Amino acid sequence: MSNWFQRLSTFSAYLLGVIWIMPLLYAFWAAFHPPEYATQFSLFAPLTLENFVAAWDQAPFYRYMLNTIIITSLILASQLFVCTLAGYALAREKFLGRGIAFALVLTQLMVMPEVLIVENYKTLADLGQIDTHLGVGLPYLASAFGIFLLRQTFKTVPQELEDAARVEGLSGLSLIWKVFVPMAFPTYLAYSLVSISYHWNNFLWPLVVTNTEDSRPLTVGMAIFGAPESGVDWSIISAGTLIAIGPLLALFLVFQRQFIQSFMQAGIK
Amino acid sequence: MTKSFNLKAWLLLLPALSLLVAFTHWPTLKTLWRSVTWARSDVAPSQFVGLENYQLLMDDPVFWQVIENNFWYAVGTVPTSIALAIAMALWVNGKIRHKGLLRLAYFTPTILPMITVANIWLFFYSPGIGLFDQILGSIGIQGPNWLGDPDTALPSLMAMTIWKEAGFFMIFYLAALQTLSPELYDAARLEGAGPWRIFRRITFPLLMPTTLFVLINALLNAFKLVDHLFILTKGGPNNASNLLLYYIYETAFSFLDSYYAATLTVIMLIALALIALVQILMFDRKIHYR
Repeated sequence: MSNWFQRLSTFSAYLLGVIWIMPLLYAFWAAFHPPEYATQFSLFAPLTLENFVAAWDQAPFYRYMLNTIIITSLILASQLFVCTLAGYALAREKFLGRGIAFALVLTQLMVMPEVLIVENYKTLADLGQIDTHLGVGLPYLASAFGIFLLRQTFKTVPQELEDAARVEGLSGLSLIWKVFVPMAFPTYLAYSLVSISYHWNNFLWPLVVTNTEDSRPLTVGMAIFGAPESGVDWSIISAGTLIAIGPLLALFLVFQRQFIQSFMQAGIK
Repeated sequence: MTKSFNLKAWLLLLPALSLLVAFTHWPTLKTLWRSVTWARSDVAPSQFVGLENYQLLMDDPVFWQVIENNFWYAVGTVPTSIALAIAMALWVNGKIRHKGLLRLAYFTPTILPMITVANIWLFFYSPGIGLFDQILGSIGIQGPNWLGDPDTALPSLMAMTIWKEAGFFMIFYLAALQTLSPELYDAARLEGAGPWRIFRRITFPLLMPTTLFVLINALLNAFKLVDHLFILTKGGPNNASNLLLYYIYETAFSFLDSYYAATLTVIMLIALALIALVQILMFDRKIHYR
């Protein structure tokens, strides 16, 4: 009975694994074979790169990718800076109103910017930032999650270390930069990977605030590219999909262990 | 140290708080205000109309349909994702061969963009030639029109949501499993407990804090994961698979009615507040906000 249970369990594990990787496997299959093999599977199907060429010609992927990279880096750079300062203040400074400040920060964990697209769109319009990289980034430049993670990490830095640094003459920003930031390196790495994969894949808000190729990221570009109205076939869509997810997927496969560790670490805090 | 006004601390918090206030708290208040006002057009001055927008909401059949859909969407995705996540974590943490590959397969959907992969799922679901219909066809079953039939459209979306989030939740269980002591299991096995009994009496109870954390995130996802709707169903057919956040988007940016969209957003905010309340009531605060 136990043996039978064991086998069923192992079989289910692999079956689920195959199902989970299926969309990606299919995308590779369709992208590297001629369109007539998109819906039928044959070991003797010839390989081709035509679909990639066609996809690349049909949509400005280069521009989309550049936009995605600009937006993702802009957001990450700002988040790291802003969250470090706030995380330090909440972890190491004692002051009246700290509880309230922390509660205000945590609100964003629940009320994500995606929920407030209506008002945030109006704010962006008032600021004249519709269809700009900054516009796509603005609601995400400060992150409650980042502040929370860094606060937890900074709390674990021993008081003696801080005192010793103060004796050495460090204070204010240089104290944060020279003592706290290096101590929190694993947290920064973990947070960065989580943030990059979130914003590389983010769709709803960029869809709302971008109108043209000038600022449109890959996700929004792909939604337009793949729309049935534009009459692209499955092979070309698959090739486009691989182009769009390629950089992140490559990064993930190379740093697989770090990625999984990072998501784990970010989750435990 | 006495608690007093601390200029330095507030200066450090200034960039973060001003951004958060500008894009979270202030728009929340503006949403509440907009939901009790109305204007003939975008340029006309808005006027206070009390609860008229909410009356409209009560009389809107699409709103009720969307709420019902969202309820079933949560019921359909949350427990299944959690159960699969636990199973995945147990497998990957166990003695199975090719552990690394399996973990990679489970986790990969987490880093793939929902919107882009939805194009592939669209193909899987397409009638006749799609992967699902081809598999069903090979054993002689005629597959339904997955996305075109009101009965299967929402479940089809749920399947993709579960696929997207289960591997992500697995990570948290994996982290939790690695902290459980092996002695506990040795002792249980010595007592002659079988795998199911060990799971039910030891593993599952010890994973409870993780399950609560994952539950909150899964509930949040049930409200915010709507990217695939844009590709797969656009909320159709006839709103059979429409969800609250997608309806808010449609109302604001297709029907251009920001007042009604704000009213719908208030309902969304109430739902999120309820989830937050669940979290506060269920979580041991000592663990999380120390």
